[in-house]
Amino acid sequence: MTEEEAKKLILETLQGKSKAKSKFYLKDFYAMIPDMKAREVKNIVNRMVSEGLLEYWSSGSTTLIGLKGMGKQHGEEDEA
Amino acid sequence: MGKHNTPMLDELEKGPWPSFVSDIKQQAEKGKHILKDAPEDLLGVMELSYVDKVTHWKHGGIVGVFGYGGGIIGRYCDQPKMFPGVAHFHTVRVNQPSSKFYTAKYLRSLCDLWEHHGSGLTNMHGSTGDIVFLGTTTDHLEPLFFEMTHELHQDLGGSGSNLRTPECCLGQSRCEFACYDTQEACDNLTHEYQDELHRPAFPYKFKFKFDGCPNGCVASIARSDMSFIGTWRDDIRIDQAAVKAYVGGEFAPNAGAYSGRDWGKFDIQKEVVDLCPTGCMRWDGSKLEINNRECVRCMHCLNVMPRALRKGLETGASILFGAKAPILEGAQMSTLTVPFLPMESPFSEAKELIEKVWDWWMEEGKNRERLGELIQRKSFQEFLRVCELDPDPRMVDEPRSNPYIFWKEEEVEGGWTRDIEAFRAKHQR
Repeated sequence: MTEEEAKKLILETLQGKSKAKSKFYLKDFYAMIPDMKAREVKNIVNRMVSEGLLEYWSSGSTTLIGLKGMGKQHGEEDEA
Repeated sequence: MGKHNTPMLDELEKGPWPSFVSDIKQQAEKGKHILKDAPEDLLGVMELSYVDKVTHWKHGGIVGVFGYGGGIIGRYCDQPKMFPGVAHFHTVRVNQPSSKFYTAKYLRSLCDLWEHHGSGLTNMHGSTGDIVFLGTTTDHLEPLFFEMTHELHQDLGGSGSNLRTPECCLGQSRCEFACYDTQEACDNLTHEYQDELHRPAFPYKFKFKFDGCPNGCVASIARSDMSFIGTWRDDIRIDQAAVKAYVGGEFAPNAGAYSGRDWGKFDIQKEVVDLCPTGCMRWDGSKLEINNRECVRCMHCLNVMPRALRKGLETGASILFGAKAPILEGAQMSTLTVPFLPMESPFSEAKELIEKVWDWWMEEGKNRERLGELIQRKSFQEFLRVCELDPDPRMVDEPRSNPYIFWKEEEVEGGWTRDIEAFRAKHQR
């Protein structure tokens, strides 16, 4: 699988799940592309964040990753 | 009185110790920081938390600087109207210099920068070692990061599921016990693993810490997934004349550290030889002998008589894996895995080991599972296989506490056959 194919698959998978869940562990991405080494998937996911396709959410101790703009956004934090 | 009535916090100023409440009030009065209401509203929300007995901080958020997946932690208050000064109060972790050596000029520059872009409140230092900037708003993050990196040449530290900011003791810069250059190791590995430090790579956090000797001044054995603890593999060097000088009262034991009261005459038998955990020392009244094969590096004798006993000359580090604080199960100390590893730049042996361990943890680790928990779940035997190491008696902490050895079929001459169904017919699960 090429990097572009992997990115497309990741986006499609996340879009399919976005109503139920907006944030994912890095390990969830490994399961989306089982044929690829974990390290390669990690690099692709991080590149997708740099390209503005995905975004990080961090509790400080753990990092989750989701589609850019999905789930609670920074601007909504003050809303009741 | 400040902006908020804080009777419970005010109580915390009355003890004999320095008070963080006084520090925050001083920052509020000084008023040089750009986020004017932040210190007083911070006191206000803390007082409310003490009244309600629950936190008023939300859990995490989407903030960061471009290209980095760590170093900034989103913090939002759940009472933004009551405390607008801390409604958005993000934390910034700044990678501390090795061993935390600063010039006053550098510290002033950092504090000036933080007052220009945040609350001015700092935590020197966080538990992992970072300089922690407490509280700013999202619009300040990119300008702060740009100035910090371009003008002060200072990077962010780690947070989230990343490699955390590596930390080292003072090492050879100040300490005669240091068995390798901890600062060099810390700096080298920080640069080597920039990607892991700044972008999420793992199931959870991962920490390196570098202790120059087994005294463990950065407590790597208790606080890091991979602990580097300086050691030697030849003999402790003994200066018999200096031993006699300690016995004769010419030198103060522990370099005079316990001279505040009269402990009586130094008794080498009682205070050194009898306290050796493996009983590997002997004093016949004129000569001190050490059976070095039995030494477990407790450091007691070297600490008591530093002018008489010195570490060996063939030095490196012992590598231990798996310490963690209690979240799942209890706290765990690191387990000795490599008794001796050379620690010369560029630290190739260490890097080779790190990458084997990371590949395994990335593949096998569950979400939010620390390396120590994975080793516990999959067995130390499996971990040794991943590290391509043979078992060694020095890895055994308590002999006989677990007598079970699981052989693989290929390890036993002739192998074996096993009928699991026949076994279960006689033995219920």
